[in-house]
Amino acid sequence: MSVTDIHLQEDLAHDDHHDEHHEQGFVSKYIFTTDHKMIAKQFLITGIFWAIIGGGLSIIFRLQLGFPEMSLEWLRPMLGQWITPEGKLDAEFYLALVTMHGTIMVFFVLTAGLSGTFSNFLIPLQIGARDMASGFMNMLSYWFFFASSVVMFISLFLETGPAGGGWTVYPPLSALPQAIKGSAAGMTMWLVSMALFIASSLLGGINYITTIINLRTHGMSFSRLPLTIWAFFVTAILGLLSFPVLLSAALLLIFDRSFGTSFYLSEIFIAGEALPNVGGSPILYQHLFWFLGHPEVYIVILPALGITSEIIATNARKPIFGYKAMIGSILGIGFLSFVVWAHHMFVTGMNPFLGSVFTILTLIIAVPSAIKAFNYITTLWKGNIVFTPAMLFSIGLVSFFISGGLTGIFLGNSVLDINLHDTYFVVAHFHLVMGSASFFGMLAGVYHWFPKMFGRMMDDKLGKVHFWLSFIGIYLVFFPLHYIGIAGFPRRYYSFTSFETFSIYGDLNALVSIAAILTFAAQFIFLFNFFYSIFRGKLAPANPWKSNTMEWTTPRFPGHGNWVGAIPKIFRWPYDYSKPGAKDDFIPQTVPYSHTPESNLEHEEELTKEEDLTGVEKVN
Amino acid sequence: MAESAVIVEEKKNIWGGGVSPMKASYGKLMMWFFLLSDAFTFSALLITYGLIRFSHQAYEGTVENFTFSQEWWPIPEKVFEAVPFLHGVELPLVFVGIMTFILIVSSVTMVLAVEAGERMDRKGVEKWMLWTILGGLVFLGCQAWEWSHFIHGVEMTAEDGTKFLWGAGLTSNPYGPPNFAALFFFITGFHGFHVFSGVLINFIIFYQATVGIFEKRGHYEMVEKVGLYWHFVDLVWVFVFTFFYLV
Repeated sequence: MSVTDIHLQEDLAHDDHHDEHHEQGFVSKYIFTTDHKMIAKQFLITGIFWAIIGGGLSIIFRLQLGFPEMSLEWLRPMLGQWITPEGKLDAEFYLALVTMHGTIMVFFVLTAGLSGTFSNFLIPLQIGARDMASGFMNMLSYWFFFASSVVMFISLFLETGPAGGGWTVYPPLSALPQAIKGSAAGMTMWLVSMALFIASSLLGGINYITTIINLRTHGMSFSRLPLTIWAFFVTAILGLLSFPVLLSAALLLIFDRSFGTSFYLSEIFIAGEALPNVGGSPILYQHLFWFLGHPEVYIVILPALGITSEIIATNARKPIFGYKAMIGSILGIGFLSFVVWAHHMFVTGMNPFLGSVFTILTLIIAVPSAIKAFNYITTLWKGNIVFTPAMLFSIGLVSFFISGGLTGIFLGNSVLDINLHDTYFVVAHFHLVMGSASFFGMLAGVYHWFPKMFGRMMDDKLGKVHFWLSFIGIYLVFFPLHYIGIAGFPRRYYSFTSFETFSIYGDLNALVSIAAILTFAAQFIFLFNFFYSIFRGKLAPANPWKSNTMEWTTPRFPGHGNWVGAIPKIFRWPYDYSKPGAKDDFIPQTVPYSHTPESNLEHEEELTKEEDLTGVEKVN
Repeated sequence: MAESAVIVEEKKNIWGGGVSPMKASYGKLMMWFFLLSDAFTFSALLITYGLIRFSHQAYEGTVENFTFSQEWWPIPEKVFEAVPFLHGVELPLVFVGIMTFILIVSSVTMVLAVEAGERMDRKGVEKWMLWTILGGLVFLGCQAWEWSHFIHGVEMTAEDGTKFLWGAGLTSNPYGPPNFAALFFFITGFHGFHVFSGVLINFIIFYQATVGIFEKRGHYEMVEKVGLYWHFVDLVWVFVFTFFYLV
């Protein structure tokens, strides 16, 4: 408590302090750091670590799905007893693999790895703050995430394996340790890990929101915020309001598992034996879980959309089309995300009338989503597009968002969902619209802000190769899954070889697996590029993408406190690209209207009278 | 302070950047957002209570003829009617009423502590924080008594005529369906944990006030922040009280 208070004076007059850059020791600089930029890098590296594990697990179960006859004996050194004496993957371990793949990707990579990295890195830099409101809480946020990661990682090595009830861990399966191996100690560790994760997310989220409200620099009104910041802001609010509900759900589940309560359990026979539990409801868990779970998918995609808005406008050299509409649709998506959760539960026996209410609410989300998609396309329209790797990944995101979003309209329909529920159609849908799209957003962000993070450039050619292999690979993986899903293949099945009918898609499944392996392999190009460039990349120029936002006004290697001297003031919105009459095709936010009489519009000319130019230097 | 000067100058556009638009320090904002988040945690639990309760049968009949049964959800005033030292006397909801009153009074003393802080009255802050801490501890003590009484249970007569004690636990209770007591322990326990943390935090602030940390700092804002938390815990109790004891 006292630590958070020490900075109090600072935010009252927040540009007077922190100016000088102190040399710090190794531990306070790289480990227990309170600098938002270093914390962002910690989140990024941890996220990359988890992405490799999460991706690796998916390759193992893709081998099983694509090549069910294949001997996996060669995996025995790594998986040990999880390879059966016949050289096959253990069926229960298969369930643990898909569970851990989902958990890791959704929470550790695309929530912590994405929001944790870019909210931390960009919020202070783009709103003009020295650091987060509370650096100490920010540090705690990372270390809670780290602790959560350690617990989850250890659970991978348990004898009974990690959690195996699917990433949604529905009871009663997850509540009864005797049900499957994956509901034993692995599930307990899953719940502990998630509780720590929620604490981390809460500490981070409170910080992001407060920083954006309180620490914007002079002139940085909400209507001049870059769309990245708007997206992070709404994401943080979604997390703030939805994760606590998951906490409640998880705590109740812990009691059901370990203390004999029956909140989610009623009238269950297991192995011929009747359990004493009566009076609970597994559907209750689903309601609580999806009240988090649905906002969670927007927690995953919104930051990626924010990053994309920024990168597309910069590299199309055009103002973002419909800035206010973009903000409106972020807010709209954010609001709607809280009232559609039951569309994950159409087949739980819910009242059909309720189903139609949730169908309508769900389909309304198509409106703000379409606004965003059209705005990206219209921003690109007739732009002077610069195809940097970041730009390619952003455009790729838009493509995934559209093709995955379309199938969302099918699935949001309670009638169609009866057929498609829990098939590979669903898998294809969310892997495109939220998984791959948000993953591309993350990669785009890394390529775009790498120069600011590490002061060096990533290799452009390798980036493009990485893009094309990933883009084609991902479509090759997920497009065929739609057909497999429509044909009625359920997800989370260990094998489809027992029935002759199901063999028709054997070849397609093999193709998907091969594509998945190639796509996974392509990510190592990125890893090489990333780590090589940190140390050996070309030194970055001050503003490599000729961008308007204010992070590019900091030194190449910004110290703790970001700006040397006073924090620049902000005079305009972040999207003055290719403004008619202007000398350059971009005008940074820090340039006052008074300095650009040649390009000012009428109402902007009015604004020049009110501008407070003290401390602003005239450039050129 | 610098803050007030800036606000006057920027009155036109308080959201324009460079100032704290809500005229609140970041710490206070953070507390508000944390409370918002915590409100959702409690809401989820109370909704759980409601959903499970209404999936059970309600008692249909007159209050006078009510008996405890595993078939229906009990009437709370029949369950919670004991008061310490008054063994055998039926005083429905009297004890919990006293508990609630104590907690609400501790919120009043917290307000007085905050007010004393605004006057920079160190003695006043110390006095009222101490009363608040005391209120919290008494509430926790009452809750401990109520829990132990609930767990200790009531005397029952078995079919063969022998008497035995049957108390409430997480898996069964003599008053009604198992989930009645499980939810009671879970939710009042979760709330009690919040009160307990509140008492700890209040104590830290009380200590910091006595050694003069806030006086040196020039303001008692920390008292205000923990005050927000304390009032929140109080408010949540009003809902928990309503759900478990009144309806």
